[in-house]
Amino acid sequence: MTPPILIVDDELAIRRLVRGALERSGYTCSEAANAGEALTAARHPGCQLVLLDLGLPDRDGMELITLIKAMDRAVLILTARDATAEKVAALDLGADDYITKPFDTDELLARVRVAMRHRAGTSVDGKLTVGRIEIDIAAHRVTRQGKVIHLTPKEFALLLELARHAGKVLTHRHLLSAIWGEAHLGDVEYLRVTMRGLRQKAEDNAAMPTLLLNEPGIGYRMSID
Amino acid sequence: MNPDPARPSPEALLKAAKREARGRLKIILGAAPGVGKTFEMLREGADFLRQGKDVVIGVVETHGRADTDALTTPFEQLPRKTIAHGAHTLTEFDIDAMLARAPQVALIDELAHTNAPGSRHPKRWQDIEELRDAGIDVLTTLNIQHVESLNDVVAGFTKVRVRETVPDALFEDAEIEVVDLPPDELIERLKDGKVYIPAEASRALNHFFSKANLSALRELALRRAAQTVDRQMLDHVRLAGEPGNWAAGERIVVAVGDQPGGEFLVRAAKRLADSMHAPWTALTVETPRSARLSGEARARIASVLKLAASLGATLTTVSAATVIQGLRGYIAEARATAVVTGKSRRSWWFELRHGSIVDQLVRDNEGIAVHVMPMPEGRGEVEQTRGTGRAFGKRGVLLGLAMVALTTAIGLLLLPVVSLNAVDLFYLIPVIATATMFGLRESLIVSLAAALAYNFFFLPPVHTFTIDNPQNVVTFVILAGLGVVSSQLAGRLRSEANVGARTATENAALAAFGQRLAAVSDEVGTAAVTCTEIAGLLDVNAVLLVRKQGRPVVIGAQPESVVLGPIDLTAADWAFERNEPAGRDTATLTASDWQFHPLATSLGVLAVLGIAAPGRSEPLPADKRILFATLLGQAALARERLKLEGEAREVAVLKQRDDLRATLISSLGHDLKTPLTSVLAAADVVVREQPGSEAAATLRAEAQRLARLFDDLVEMTRIEAGAVAVRLEPVDLTDAVTAAVHDLKPALAAHRIKLDVPPALPLVIADPRMLHHMLINLLDNAAKFSPVGSEIILAAQRAPGSLSLSVLDEGAGLPIGRPDDLFERFARGAGSDSTGGAGLGLAIVKGFADALGLTVRALNRDDRPGSRFDIDWPESLIRRVTDVEPA
Repeated sequence: MTPPILIVDDELAIRRLVRGALERSGYTCSEAANAGEALTAARHPGCQLVLLDLGLPDRDGMELITLIKAMDRAVLILTARDATAEKVAALDLGADDYITKPFDTDELLARVRVAMRHRAGTSVDGKLTVGRIEIDIAAHRVTRQGKVIHLTPKEFALLLELARHAGKVLTHRHLLSAIWGEAHLGDVEYLRVTMRGLRQKAEDNAAMPTLLLNEPGIGYRMSID
Repeated sequence: MNPDPARPSPEALLKAAKREARGRLKIILGAAPGVGKTFEMLREGADFLRQGKDVVIGVVETHGRADTDALTTPFEQLPRKTIAHGAHTLTEFDIDAMLARAPQVALIDELAHTNAPGSRHPKRWQDIEELRDAGIDVLTTLNIQHVESLNDVVAGFTKVRVRETVPDALFEDAEIEVVDLPPDELIERLKDGKVYIPAEASRALNHFFSKANLSALRELALRRAAQTVDRQMLDHVRLAGEPGNWAAGERIVVAVGDQPGGEFLVRAAKRLADSMHAPWTALTVETPRSARLSGEARARIASVLKLAASLGATLTTVSAATVIQGLRGYIAEARATAVVTGKSRRSWWFELRHGSIVDQLVRDNEGIAVHVMPMPEGRGEVEQTRGTGRAFGKRGVLLGLAMVALTTAIGLLLLPVVSLNAVDLFYLIPVIATATMFGLRESLIVSLAAALAYNFFFLPPVHTFTIDNPQNVVTFVILAGLGVVSSQLAGRLRSEANVGARTATENAALAAFGQRLAAVSDEVGTAAVTCTEIAGLLDVNAVLLVRKQGRPVVIGAQPESVVLGPIDLTAADWAFERNEPAGRDTATLTASDWQFHPLATSLGVLAVLGIAAPGRSEPLPADKRILFATLLGQAALARERLKLEGEAREVAVLKQRDDLRATLISSLGHDLKTPLTSVLAAADVVVREQPGSEAAATLRAEAQRLARLFDDLVEMTRIEAGAVAVRLEPVDLTDAVTAAVHDLKPALAAHRIKLDVPPALPLVIADPRMLHHMLINLLDNAAKFSPVGSEIILAAQRAPGSLSLSVLDEGAGLPIGRPDDLFERFARGAGSDSTGGAGLGLAIVKGFADALGLTVRALNRDDRPGSRFDIDWPESLIRRVTDVEPA
């Protein structure tokens, strides 16, 4: 059977480390050292998730994102470049998440788990549950620990969008486009203010959020822990 | 030629680099006074004002016209400086005030203006150059007749010569805008009294403003502007490395002679060279005649050569029997394509004897453009008495007479054997001998003596002087004639040999000078070669001075023991300032023992050469002036080369350094981070497998710190390279604070963290990544310098006019000293040796704060021991929260 996870990195040491960490947690992996090998390996039917390094010798990793997404595989960007703009670009191109080297093993595993779970499909019967939050999509009703909380339409839309991709970081651009429309892609302020209102209602302590987390300069993530 | 045509030429890059650092110059060019240049300048200045630029008027001459006056009101206007000059006070542009005020753009009218005596620079254009050096853009106005190389042309048809000229070089990197007004309209304006004309000049100017003149001036202005654009385009083409079409292989020669008007020829050649983008050479031909030139004529040649050198010509001297021969030889050798020469209105008699140079040039040189300029009346003054170069030869006459006596004795002895008719042939020997060995005057005396001796001793009746015999007269005439012819021939041979020998030595010396200059590549070496060679060739003492911190400084001397007095230094300074010779035997500061000459180049005066001859009254004998001008030109070229090379090296070094930095950043980003990731992951594995191991935990913590330190290093490099790109957006401080605490969780594990950021605070404007990095560094710093188990507080407060975010710890507080020093690179708090860290963290906080327009402060807590770091947002970077819920 084809291993479900493909590790793409030109550094042997990194591939070995990532593979070791994943195998200890029970995943099986295959490896590719360049873009050519990566595209061949990703085509195998059993492949579900590609851990992709953006600095490849033969081709820009950015290009691969679209190609691999077109094969319906999850893509987790693994990069030494910590330039925010690049992460945002990768996410906007369809990457599911990113992790910056040097990375923490726990963090890597958490991201892989999220990506694989999405692959497994969070089946929707009209209801979504993330931690203590339950969302009835059709009824526009949200409860926290069983208690109904009243959200404005924008707050609801924001919560729903994050919950649908729980565990994943969604860029400002993504959120603004999904909730306010293409005309407001630059209005980060809307997002900040709405998020503030949402936290007041959905978090235990709005000054120390644990559910709705910020990724500085990139976007927001709904924690699944 | 450039070996790689697709690569920008170094000179072009150099020019561009120079241009970028300096303030830009825009010249509003007009054909004549009254076309509206000042008006246009003010209009453009107002455009700049509207664009939000800082524009200040230095000088504007409105001549009391109300409409122009009104235009000056929106500008800040610097008061003029008053300079006392005799009985009256003059007002001048105040350059120091402008430099102190340092606006982005300065408006300064009348580029060609001459400053009042006592001003810093003699000319206003020099003031403007200084402003540009200080990075100030300048907008100025100019009439076309003030352009140096057009001076003659304009004076030629307007009959008005202006003495205030600006060098052409100024034009070359300036933006030119022509204010164009048809002549009829200008004359109309003049009649309406709309043009300001100084009262004393009105009569002369009435002629100046004729329609024909104005049309010609207008054409000149338009053409000059077009030429400048053309030249700049050419630079651009060279810079972009695009192989384009520019005239290749054109080479212009201007023949410089001793006739008055050489300056005119040289300026004409410069114009031609400019329009053809061709290199040009000023050629002097040394002929036998040159040896007999008057001192005045030599000085004239030298001054023309100096002008040519300052206009960018290469100077060359060749020697030949005639001017035309030398010219012809040089044209062939240098493969010149155009010759500029003058034709004076000489008499038909002169031309019959000497032939016309122009005719011969045209006849001999196919495929060469010969540009002939009409020259003013007059010829080169040759000192009229031939042979005055030598003293009258008493010795020659005596020797000749002795030979005559000897010939007579031999004749008398041989008389029985030879016929009487053959004896007169004997007398040819002393006559020809004297003529060839000594000269005409000697041979004439000897001919007379020979004729008399022949008459007395041989012609019957012997022993008497008979005049009635016609043969007597014939013999004398023949002998005298022979004497004339042979002395002429011999004389010419002799002086040609002299000139040949002299120019050969001089040319060899010049070539050697050039070679030695080329062999040295540093300032001291060049100075030493220049002084030694010039001292040797001209038999003088020589010093070379450059300007350092505004004062002349000796950088080379021959002999080395030379010491300059205050008056000498003043003279040297003058030569620098005015680009004119100064000191002994010049027009200025003649009390100095030295004569100083500027080394003028296209980059300005780069050095001053001083010469002195202790034994002589004038340091430079007249016959050495041309040689000296050539040497000076060569020395100037060497210094120019040195300067350009230095600048090119500097540019290359800077570029290399930038490249190195960029490479360093990216290689740090990849090559170092990868092994660091491995170390961190491996440490992670060990921690998991041996949860109790303190060593493993320390390993992981240290690896994490190494990773952070390394991030700091990369960031610091970015800040210093100016490579920090700021992306501003509204940020919620709650987001900023929680993300920082989250990312620094391992380092903060031993402390209690308290967040005190009220959720209702307004948003602030910042780059979220940079703010994140700042907070991480401040938190890390707080954790490092406070005891385990103590509390770290993150608090935000709104105050009137500002909003601050503070990080407070319970450590020992700030070290003694100036708190701001903490933010210097590599500064660390007390006890930092044990806690590690290169002190980069706070420097980055400061660097980022500066980039974001924020202030950071380090304080001691007032409620208890501990330190407190504040980041303050000014009101302009605080965004009030508005309702964004359109529902």
